[in-house]
Amino acid sequence: MKQDIILAGVGGQGILSIAFVIDNAALREGLTFKQAEVHGMAQRGGAVQSHLRLSNDKIFSDLIPRGEADMILSVEPMESLRYFDYLSPEGIVVTSSSPFVNIPDYPDMDKVLSQIKTVKKRVIVDSQKIAQEAGSARAQNMVMLGAASAHLILKKENLLEYIRVLFAPRGEKLVEINLKAFELGRKAAADKLRPSDKG
Amino acid sequence: MKDEILLGDEAVALGAIHAGLSGAYSYPGTPASEIMEFLIRRSDGGKNFIASWSVNEKVAYEEALGVSFAGKRAMVSMKHVGLNVAADPFMNSAITGANGGLVVVVADDPSMHSSQNEQDSRFYAQFAQVFCFEPSNHQEAYDMTREAFDVSEELGIPVMVRLVTRLSHSRSRVQPGPPRKQNTLQYGIGKDWTLLPVNARRRFKILTEKQKELVGLADKSGFNSLELNKKNTSLGIIASGVAFNYVLENYKDQPELPSMLKISTYPLPETLVAGLVRHVERVLVVEEGYPFIEKNLRGILGLPGKTVLGKLDGHLPLTGELSPEIVRQALGMKPREKLQLDDFKLAGRPPQLCAGCPHADAYKALNKALEAYPQSNVFSDIGCYTLGALPPYNAINSCVCMGASIGMAKGGAEAGVYPSVAVIGDSTFAHSGLTPLLSAAEANTNMTVVILDNSIVAMTGGQPTFASGEGLVRMVGGLGVKRDHIRVIEPLPKNLEKNIQAFKEEFEYRGLSVVIASRECVQEVRKKKRSEIG
Repeated sequence: MKQDIILAGVGGQGILSIAFVIDNAALREGLTFKQAEVHGMAQRGGAVQSHLRLSNDKIFSDLIPRGEADMILSVEPMESLRYFDYLSPEGIVVTSSSPFVNIPDYPDMDKVLSQIKTVKKRVIVDSQKIAQEAGSARAQNMVMLGAASAHLILKKENLLEYIRVLFAPRGEKLVEINLKAFELGRKAAADKLRPSDKG
Repeated sequence: MKDEILLGDEAVALGAIHAGLSGAYSYPGTPASEIMEFLIRRSDGGKNFIASWSVNEKVAYEEALGVSFAGKRAMVSMKHVGLNVAADPFMNSAITGANGGLVVVVADDPSMHSSQNEQDSRFYAQFAQVFCFEPSNHQEAYDMTREAFDVSEELGIPVMVRLVTRLSHSRSRVQPGPPRKQNTLQYGIGKDWTLLPVNARRRFKILTEKQKELVGLADKSGFNSLELNKKNTSLGIIASGVAFNYVLENYKDQPELPSMLKISTYPLPETLVAGLVRHVERVLVVEEGYPFIEKNLRGILGLPGKTVLGKLDGHLPLTGELSPEIVRQALGMKPREKLQLDDFKLAGRPPQLCAGCPHADAYKALNKALEAYPQSNVFSDIGCYTLGALPPYNAINSCVCMGASIGMAKGGAEAGVYPSVAVIGDSTFAHSGLTPLLSAAEANTNMTVVILDNSIVAMTGGQPTFASGEGLVRMVGGLGVKRDHIRVIEPLPKNLEKNIQAFKEEFEYRGLSVVIASRECVQEVRKKKRSEIG
């Protein structure tokens, strides 16, 4: 059993918080994991990614080989495409549909979405809207973690536990917002996967 | 001891703590900063051990050397180019030797994710003739750092631990061992540590005579391993550090491995290398960084009757970091199937100055003020403000190494550049800007130094600075810059016109002037607000 995940987004969107929750849940479940991340200059509003590898066996490389990722989990739609060649042909893309536009040449959204839809298995959710519904636009990362959760090899209760651990130092209100964001994201993803959905 | 989830950097830091660390020193630099951040968090305000940011890597090294002189265990950590700054004490500490264990952790940055070059620190270890460990994973980062202290005391020399970005910034589980007590105070011998020629010659001879012992230690180190495939003599692989992982990654679904030598220490384990080379016809060397092992192996004349493959013959690229797929290609395996974008064109998303960044306002004013001077040049330095090289600012024309802006602006001015402008951050100024400014003040060179004082080391995540606010103004005055030409401005949109005027006036002054653009980093302001709420 293994799961290789590319986490993607823009510096400041909190992909390392997603990684924290998954890492700790994996440790709790007795899995081995490696998680390569980007620090320093690249973080300043630039494209950021993290390679997250889970397995019940030994993991060698810190980087996922191109073509081997089981999932791309992205908090931003165009960023999900930046690592397209990492995805295995059987892999799934779980991405937000809310663009983060901090560059002058952001491509046409229809083109972004139609490229994402060339992947057979995908879950596209409006993380911005859902995060606002949960109580904070900053909770988009937890919305996306929720949206991906049914496809992770980790138990939901362990993910929820480490969301609590992560946000507890910032107060009960933030814990509640982020747990809600996770649940709403999970629900939105389940709705999207109905056979009637052509999107 | 409980297992912990740690960055490679943090695994090194924890290894040092458990090895009985008494003092650790560093200057922030990606990808090494997290070593000191972790140490500071675990030091309990200095009660457990000293963990401290220094003004630059040279100072950090000398502070660590002082701890070692006193018989206690010391660590100094830095990014690869930091060792250039600390090269003087580093080279000479191999000659004085270490009293308490002295470990030098250097994090290389192949692919230059956050650096100006991708120099390979193993050459420094060879240059200084000291022992060097290169871990390939988190557990090794912990274990090797612990052992590095023992080796340092056993051999009486500093020991290097070489990291690369991929390990420094990757997180995994580490199983720690029981902690060791700190050493007690025991002074070094004065005549060993006083490098007068008479002492230095004697000490250098001792160092060179130790080299055989270093190779012997490498040969018997449990971290180096040679596994021969008795049935297959066509190919053998020598791999080190994270490159070893990429080799194994590609063999994970293969029925058998070729003969492999994993190298984790330098100097090279010569007996093990000979053991592999004798067994096979072709040797592939896979290493992160420069072709260090490969060059040692090839020498000038090569290996008679053997083929050596690696970076020097184009089997692997000479620049940039390795990846599982680059190594796969070198192994001659078929590439894995992967997805491709149709005719979709991705837009780049380069790093940029944050919204509301004080540097942005400083650059806007500076650019405007310079419009009237087509022959001007802005020499810059290392920090967030180097992003001023990119649109929409296009404000700077150089970035070389810490502190270079001021020396280059002086040289430029002396060659005829006018206005000759240096742009440097407060922490970079403290690190390497004081001495060139002293030199410019002495000569009263016709140039303008702009110090961007955001009161923090911003690029590396917000470490404390040594030169900010009033203290910075006094420092600049103390170096001999005339009081009338030390201007403090506040880079804010509402002050744009005023700030343009201030710059223009200083360009018109035919001598040395310093403009300090002072406003706190917006990330820090946000952090403070958040912690007030939280």
